[in-house]
Amino acid sequence: MNDRLDDMYREIILDHFRSPRGKKPIAKVDISSDGQNPSCGDEIELEATMDHGMLKDIHVDCRGCAISVASGSMLAEYLKGKSLEEAKRIAEVVRQLLKGEEAEIPEEYEDLDALKGVRNFPVRIKCALLAWVTLIEGLKNYEDGTVDGKVVVTTEDKE
Amino acid sequence: MHQDIENTKAASRTTGVDSEKVRADFPILNRVINGHRLVYLDNAASSQKPTAVIDALTRYYTHTNANIHRGLHTLAEEATAAYERTREHTARFIGGVKQSEVIFTNGATEAINLVAATWGEDNVGEGDEILITEMEHHANLVPWVLLAQRKKAILRRIPLTSDGYLNLPEVSRLITDRTRLVAFTHMSNVLGTINPVKQLTEQAHLAGAAVLVDGAQAVPHLPVNVVDDGVDFYAFSSHKMLGPTGVGVLYGREELLEKMRPYNTGGEMIREVRFDGVTFNDLPHKFEAGTPNIAGVVAFDAALTYLENLGMESVRQHEIELTGYALNRLTEIPGLEVQGPVDPLGRGGVISFTDPKIHPHDISTLLDSRGIAIRAGHHCAQPLMKVMGKVATARASLYVYNGRDDIDALIEALMETRRYFGI
Repeated sequence: MNDRLDDMYREIILDHFRSPRGKKPIAKVDISSDGQNPSCGDEIELEATMDHGMLKDIHVDCRGCAISVASGSMLAEYLKGKSLEEAKRIAEVVRQLLKGEEAEIPEEYEDLDALKGVRNFPVRIKCALLAWVTLIEGLKNYEDGTVDGKVVVTTEDKE
Repeated sequence: MHQDIENTKAASRTTGVDSEKVRADFPILNRVINGHRLVYLDNAASSQKPTAVIDALTRYYTHTNANIHRGLHTLAEEATAAYERTREHTARFIGGVKQSEVIFTNGATEAINLVAATWGEDNVGEGDEILITEMEHHANLVPWVLLAQRKKAILRRIPLTSDGYLNLPEVSRLITDRTRLVAFTHMSNVLGTINPVKQLTEQAHLAGAAVLVDGAQAVPHLPVNVVDDGVDFYAFSSHKMLGPTGVGVLYGREELLEKMRPYNTGGEMIREVRFDGVTFNDLPHKFEAGTPNIAGVVAFDAALTYLENLGMESVRQHEIELTGYALNRLTEIPGLEVQGPVDPLGRGGVISFTDPKIHPHDISTLLDSRGIAIRAGHHCAQPLMKVMGKVATARASLYVYNGRDDIDALIEALMETRRYFGI
């Protein structure tokens, strides 16, 4: 195999793919958002419990490629227990990073930096993006409550 | 070392085609991809081109280039003759039809859309039925879905059996006196299934329905005779059969084409134009408005010649043997699920498979790192994916330059993929 490939499928990515975090259902669902990339068939179901402005619990169920599964799993692991503002900030940084914009992953989230390996595989960027964009939309909906019920987002044809 | 070379040669030869020899005619196969010999197994998407076709394109532009049919100078005459020679050749290639029955389009998709927009518009009405199958490519699906919507017609579909064939006993129930058209693929681009064109055509005709066959996957791989099969319309593409992109063929029975309204309008498709009216040109020019892909059509002639020299019976034999070998070797990977008929005689060399734990896109990326090109996704057949209960599959598809060594490389890489992901 080659370096470019190993840069996308880094050990940390493969670890999250093999044993995804956040699979356990949560009792109280305050935020609910679905992501779908129909052309790949990637699907993500994201739920969160809010408690005093914190994402107390996050549930992520992702069916898709290794990149989308790992990305969703990392989201669940690193954003659990964070404030809504912090989650929004980190999700935005990851989104910018994946889109190739100037963005720096804060030190305490340095593992997320592994996701940027997909930037060498343009067609796979949307896979890594899906969980984060799904979260961003879910948080937005939670805050302004404009959408009734679930939001469904996609990262296809939006780049 | 010498022994190795001999083994490779033996491994690439079937009783149909010596793929090692064929490979030498395809310069792109010399490419090294990510440090590995290119193993091209995405032929159902598009085939590679032999030197003869590439040279024909270059020769056309360096020697002949001019617009066709109207010019009175030497180049125009030569270009017209070369263009029409391909039409004559194509007519022979698909079973000896009339030249007036061969219409050049920009691809199989346009050929089918042409029929939907002309014949379909005038022959399908409210309450009429269009019968398709569950294994159609979007190209032979979307035009009929939209036509049915426009006309308030009913779209019915022939279901599949569990082993990937059409459920033929259902057909007699599904064809009714309201069926205007039966449209189906000759060979599935996902399952590889080869459908019984003649039998379905006879059934459709008995009920007074017309027949359109999507032959995009069939004409490149098997002997096709549209006269013998008795079909009304038959569509295919040049680029899947060693020819240039941007060239497609619609065969239509003259009697039907004569009655059909034009598709695109403008130059070439007219006989006489007045400010108050137009008379249309004769077949096939009535359906070829504007300047066509002349260079592509001219070079397509070289692709037809190349395939004829191999012999379509031999091409088919080669693919039966190679498909059998591939299906067999794929069973060596535990848990791998292969779609479509298990009998190589009932199918072509399009092999879709899924690994229960690895997404097709990850498989494709990993294989690419070993120089192996396959396709992953829904293959423009979303309704079929739904029937199969899959969101996507990986697909390896074979052609004349593929040999057993390519299949061996595929199997080795698939095993490596599992090791890589730790599964």
